[in-house]
Amino acid sequence: MKRHLAIYRLAIRNSLIRDMSFKLNFLLWMLVEVLWFIGQLAFIEVLYGQVDSIAGWTKWELVALVGTHQIVAQLFQAFFYVNIAAIPELVRTGRLDLLLTLPIDAQFAVSTRQISFDSIVNALVGGGIVVFALLKLGIVPGPVQIALCIAAILLGIAVHYSVMFSLACISFWSVRAQFIHGYFNLFMIGRYPEAVFRGAFRFIFTWLLPIIWVSNAPAQLLARPFDNPWPGITALASGTLISLAATRALWRFALRRYGSASS
Amino acid sequence: MNFAKYAKVFEVGVQNTFVYRWNFALRSVFGIVPLIGTIFLWRALYGDDPARVLSSYTFSALITYFAMTVLVENLVTPTEDEWQIAGEIRDGKLSALLLKPLNYLAYRFALYASYRALYSAVIMPGVLLIFFLLRAHITLPPEVLTWLAFGASTVLAALLQFLVAYTVAMIAFWLLEITTIVFIIYSFEYFLSGRVFPLDMLPAWVQPAVKWSPFTYEMYFPVQVFMGRVKGDALVQGMAIQAAWVLILYILATTLWRAGLRRYHAAGG
Repeated sequence: MKRHLAIYRLAIRNSLIRDMSFKLNFLLWMLVEVLWFIGQLAFIEVLYGQVDSIAGWTKWELVALVGTHQIVAQLFQAFFYVNIAAIPELVRTGRLDLLLTLPIDAQFAVSTRQISFDSIVNALVGGGIVVFALLKLGIVPGPVQIALCIAAILLGIAVHYSVMFSLACISFWSVRAQFIHGYFNLFMIGRYPEAVFRGAFRFIFTWLLPIIWVSNAPAQLLARPFDNPWPGITALASGTLISLAATRALWRFALRRYGSASS
Repeated sequence: MNFAKYAKVFEVGVQNTFVYRWNFALRSVFGIVPLIGTIFLWRALYGDDPARVLSSYTFSALITYFAMTVLVENLVTPTEDEWQIAGEIRDGKLSALLLKPLNYLAYRFALYASYRALYSAVIMPGVLLIFFLLRAHITLPPEVLTWLAFGASTVLAALLQFLVAYTVAMIAFWLLEITTIVFIIYSFEYFLSGRVFPLDMLPAWVQPAVKWSPFTYEMYFPVQVFMGRVKGDALVQGMAIQAAWVLILYILATTLWRAGLRRYHAAGG
């Protein structure tokens, strides 16, 4: 455990050095994310140019939801996205060998190679938007809500992590796994209020794969204190446990199949 | 000009892609889930009222709009071309191709066309299924002329999207890392081509900019043509603007290519 922490600290330090030595790139990545965020806010503006409420959500409640989605997605991107997206390439080239021989857990090794600091800055921007939306709504969340919200965000990141990691494991069977880059499309539905979804789609993405709750649960806690937060938190917590366990099993199964590329 | 060699490039492209079925399968899932999400969101906006009209769209018209954007996107949007072109320039693989009697732009276009053709063929059953499931909402154009105009503007949209990707990739002659630039352009494309909402829902003061922007003609315009929302003079004018953008980008692409070749020094190759 101690060794893992020490290694992670080194990875963080190296990533910071890397990000700071390519400052222009760092700033351009931030610009990309800011553009996306502005696009999403413009979309909300268009939607509320048509109606006053969507499934009972007012404009600033939806802004808070999109801001929360930004926090979760950016934190996931900061700590895991690049690492998981690199797995298919590690498998294809056989560079995974090196990571497997390290005296630490292999899943830990592939998941924590680098951290993107630009995404952390963008998560803070998302946080700023949430605060602004809450001011507009005239809501001051209490310490319990904030604590639960942080817990829900962490669970959401864990869901993100296990779904994408499982997809990356497919690369052990299919050499080219570029589909992994389309992964963020899947999570876009998390930006919509959960109340708009119905039927089988709703069941799948709230209970089986709680993607809809990932942003909705923390956003509800803050922006809609009159909603009952427990269905969301329960679904997120159980979903996290199940999907993390499944991911671990899949990873071990996949590794047994791994025979390296060149040897 | 000898087309046989580009036909061969097309064929190799088809074979290369067909090996990777998982890629196809998961990409389509990633494509369909957001579409369903979007439909749910708009259904909540319309409050299940079929007669309600928002910005001149009924709920059914809006469903037709989104289903058609998915179709056009699958038909024409390049998926990896800009990365491959930039990669060939950066890694010096271009040298091997320069030695062959090939026009690089035509070569890349043959590969693009093969990938799109195959991808469309594979994805078509899925797209048809979506159209079948949404059939209560979708109206097909009654006039032959509309179909022809839609076909023509989709071909122009394909040329436009390919040339945008190609032109952006040319930057790799000057910069090692073009990922951020590709994504900056992509974020404009994503919202301004009408993928997220129909562009005529934007306020009136933005509409002149929408009319002259190249992104409008990458996807939004063909769909509007299909839905019969652009007719007569507006149709002729729109297709003229679309063709003009294709021409402008072609000139830009070939100019950058020539300038880039003068700088090219085959790193490591």
